[in-house]
Amino acid sequence: MIPIAYNVRSVVQRPVSTALTALGVGLVVAVFIGMLALANGFSAALAKTGSKQNVIVLRKGADSELSSGLGRDVSSIIAADPHVATGADNRPLVSPEVYVLVPLAKSFDTTQIANVVARGISDQAWQVRNNIKITEGQRPASGRAEVCVGSRLTSRFPHTGIGQSIRFAGRDWTVTCHFTAAGSAFESEIWGENEQFMPVFRGEVFQSITFRLKDPAAFEEAQRALQADKRMTVDAHRESDFYAQQSQLLGRILSFLAIMITTIMAVGAVFGAINTMYAAIASRAPEIGVLLTLGFRPWTVLVSFLAESAFIAVIGGILGCFFALPLNGIVTSTTNWSSFSEVAFSFRVTPLLLFVGLVFAVAMGVVGGFFPALRAARLQVVQALR
Amino acid sequence: MKYFRLVLANLGRHKLRSILTIASVALALFLFASLRSVVTTMAAAAQFGGARRLVTLNATGLVFPLPLAYGNRIKALPGVTGLSWANWFGGRYGDGKNFFANFAVDAQSYLELYPEIVMPADQKQAFLQDRTGAIIGERLIHDFGWKLGQNVTLQGTIFQGDWTFTIDGVYHPTDPAIGDNVLIFHHDYFDERIGRAGIAGWYIVEIDDPSHAPQIAKAIDDMFRNSSSPTKTGTEREFQASFATMWGNVSFLMSTIGLAVVFAILLVTANAMMMSARERTGEIAVLKTVGFSDRLLFALVMVEAGALALTGAAIGLGGAKLLYPAINFNGAGFLPGFKVATSTLIIGALVAVGLMLASGLVPALRAARLPIVQALRKVE
Repeated sequence: MIPIAYNVRSVVQRPVSTALTALGVGLVVAVFIGMLALANGFSAALAKTGSKQNVIVLRKGADSELSSGLGRDVSSIIAADPHVATGADNRPLVSPEVYVLVPLAKSFDTTQIANVVARGISDQAWQVRNNIKITEGQRPASGRAEVCVGSRLTSRFPHTGIGQSIRFAGRDWTVTCHFTAAGSAFESEIWGENEQFMPVFRGEVFQSITFRLKDPAAFEEAQRALQADKRMTVDAHRESDFYAQQSQLLGRILSFLAIMITTIMAVGAVFGAINTMYAAIASRAPEIGVLLTLGFRPWTVLVSFLAESAFIAVIGGILGCFFALPLNGIVTSTTNWSSFSEVAFSFRVTPLLLFVGLVFAVAMGVVGGFFPALRAARLQVVQALR
Repeated sequence: MKYFRLVLANLGRHKLRSILTIASVALALFLFASLRSVVTTMAAAAQFGGARRLVTLNATGLVFPLPLAYGNRIKALPGVTGLSWANWFGGRYGDGKNFFANFAVDAQSYLELYPEIVMPADQKQAFLQDRTGAIIGERLIHDFGWKLGQNVTLQGTIFQGDWTFTIDGVYHPTDPAIGDNVLIFHHDYFDERIGRAGIAGWYIVEIDDPSHAPQIAKAIDDMFRNSSSPTKTGTEREFQASFATMWGNVSFLMSTIGLAVVFAILLVTANAMMMSARERTGEIAVLKTVGFSDRLLFALVMVEAGALALTGAAIGLGGAKLLYPAINFNGAGFLPGFKVATSTLIIGALVAVGLMLASGLVPALRAARLPIVQALRKVE
């Protein structure tokens, strides 16, 4: 085998050309990782929103909370259902919720309006959803116009500090606390008491009812029982599945974009890499002739040049990872068109994604280096040495 | 012109290399044009809106309706010349995978306020007289294979039940922002089926003069300020723009990616072009010996670089310009009126010129300054 040191030294011999090629590959890898990190972050935020132990009940046929509506009678039927878990105080863990969108002006540009979710919850909601943590302040008191604001909203919308008041639905609401929800979409919501929200929004109607299952494995049974109940027409979804499905449309668009853009980019970069390797090999024909004369087999020459190409690509890949890393955690927001609400989420650059980026770089290097390396291996010694 | 063959011969010597270079430039500019078009299309959609049309919504939010009774009070205001109303329906067709907008409108007045919706007079007449009729944008005909006169059943997601409509007409929007994937049906029929709830999702108000828009909008909102449903009125353009801003910073992301793409591919390409020029040191020395001037050689190398860059650009930009209309692309309904703008083509061409300079200048200068004796020594 030809020592790898030969390739490494050759690469170092032409620093400008190597740097340009590696930088090109690096940018492709960075865009690849960045776009997947975006799609990843969005899906993760919504996937984490739902819990496997919870069931969300909507009116039959409704594909989002926005288009659903359930009366108080449904809420009492569900509260009495034997599949519902009970809390420490022996009350059923059920939260009948009002779900509405309110237009709020953003902090940095008050002409930009976002549709923010205002969720009217019952007292049990804090227990039904076990990933909610109040970071600051006190829960809204029952019977008062008070709200708790998700942590992702506080920096992007004005008047969301504790003690301040936000205005929507023609009333002022005092902010009494901030909460986090493990990075999920709940963090982009405003929570208040359902009995307070009902009269100012849509009247005596809930949009969804979420409850904790007594036995998480018995979901199908609970679903069948609820949907067969003649007193109401509802659909029951596992909460985790429901939110995963809400993320599907936009998640798919983002992944599709990521793959399409990077494929085209990668093809362009591979073409460039092929050219660079051909030019490198053409200028090193005498060297290759010497190698062959020394007795190295043609296939070792092939492997050697493939390794060289892959080496440049790996440098590029590592560069790309470094370019993409600062993206991790950056918060961006867009409208989730399935629910029509604004969701904030962060880019998620995971170790797996970085690894995939590196593999992608190596693949570009090997594909780009193959034909030039083949030519190198097939050089006629006499001709090459002339 | 007599050097044309020389340039051509030079390009043809490494056919594969020239083709790959052209192809990667073409891909870079194709992507650039596509991404920039997403941004320009979204910006164009935000600019849509008749100057004389205002939109009145419920101030509480997009999903809250307004009483139908507001119509007459708005109409009576001075400066208001026309009025129509509509309600979002959100029905689902089939498995719901192919989403399209559908809403109920007061047909007669709506079609008067929107001359952008164009269809044959007999179809329009048929629709106006058919209470359970609907008109659809021409794209839906292709997407679902529907025919004129056919019955189509939507499942209500907000308003329960199966709703069957007869397709009475197919319209063509003269402004792409209207959308050619919309189903429109009668508000009166809608209102009847939901039990005469008397609601309108939004009002479209036509005014006599665009310059009166702020006063009239304020007059409408003042009129309902202390009622059960306060309103928020703005120009149609503001209404459209608010939808565009819902994407957040997607357009910023797109342009960043577009820049990274162009930069990455151009780096690699410029590098390849410079390497190939370096190989020809001996040849250039020979040309100089034969009597080619420094200036001429500089020009020849630049022309060669330019030929590669501009051919690639022409293929990439032209491809984008031709491909999208050919496949009737609208970004799964999110980008109605997707179009590669002329400004995109011009910027793309400038990028190609930049590439020509970046990749040609160094080799061309080297060629012009090459000392013959030294160069020829290497050739043997």
